[in-house]
Amino acid sequence: MNAARSEGGDEGDRYHRRVRYEARIEVTHLPGVLDPQGATVERALPALGYSGVTDVRIGKCIRLVVEAPDREAARSQVESMCERLLANPVIEAYDLELTELVPTG
Amino acid sequence: MSARVAVLVFPGTNCELDVAAAAERLGGASDLVFHTETSLRGADAVVVPGGFAHGDYLRTGALARFSPVMAAVAEHAAAGGPLVGICNGFQILTEAGLLPGALQKNAGLKFLCQTVTCRVTSTGSVLTKQAELGSELRLPINHFEGAYICDQATLDELRAEDRVVLRYADNPNGSLDDIAGIANQAGNVVGLMPHPERASDPLLGSDDGVVLLASLLGAAADRAVAA
Repeated sequence: MNAARSEGGDEGDRYHRRVRYEARIEVTHLPGVLDPQGATVERALPALGYSGVTDVRIGKCIRLVVEAPDREAARSQVESMCERLLANPVIEAYDLELTELVPTG
Repeated sequence: MSARVAVLVFPGTNCELDVAAAAERLGGASDLVFHTETSLRGADAVVVPGGFAHGDYLRTGALARFSPVMAAVAEHAAAGGPLVGICNGFQILTEAGLLPGALQKNAGLKFLCQTVTCRVTSTGSVLTKQAELGSELRLPINHFEGAYICDQATLDELRAEDRVVLRYADNPNGSLDDIAGIANQAGNVVGLMPHPERASDPLLGSDDGVVLLASLLGAAADRAVAA
């Protein structure tokens, strides 16, 4: 788990370690906000024979890799990105997953 | 001296020349200001015109907010300077936090390009000052993300403070409370989805937008005199 953290050549890395995290951000409409794309797809599914499908919501998925000293720092950086740019808090909610990237080779 | 109107140009803006031409026809002087600039060059009023700033990437207006010129725009607005966002310009002003709420995809998921009837529902803004309350204007709309939305508290505030300046007579896009345009508290910042510059000459099929642009130029001229 900590393999990535102990990687790196020079002495300074022990004090300024940087870990790479992949963030997967799901941006969806806030509950109650009209989602015309979801509604259209929901209406289309029965035409293909899929009945009983409800609550179709369409959002977007954003992936990015961020370097940070640790998981907490990475999370707070990505949360700040979400609040300031990646999602619009007036109409959207976001969900965030972080995966630590372990260097290979 | 005629009022000077800065018309902002982002990569993807496409209505700047229409706005500039309409402002000049009404006796104003226009100045195209590119988004990388940091000064509005002493403009008395600012228009954020329509188009697809930064390709509408991520969300409409989301990236334009970070353009260097927006700091000067926010400063101009905070000092009471007239600022109007038309269509994509409206989307940019909401993303920049200069107006509340957001613009969402049209309810019917169709890009709408048609002339609609709008009712002037407040004359307390720089854009509607010279219009008659309750008058109906035939104005073109041209958008995919034009359905205004905000939370209930914001809507209550907009209504109580008489800040809904234009409403659709026949709501084309699912906009909350038929909202076509709103103003900030002071009335100097306005955003609207219809394009008054495209209804500024009888040749264009309607000149109902003239009263709106003339209001803006009037506010700009007042400011020029005061300065």
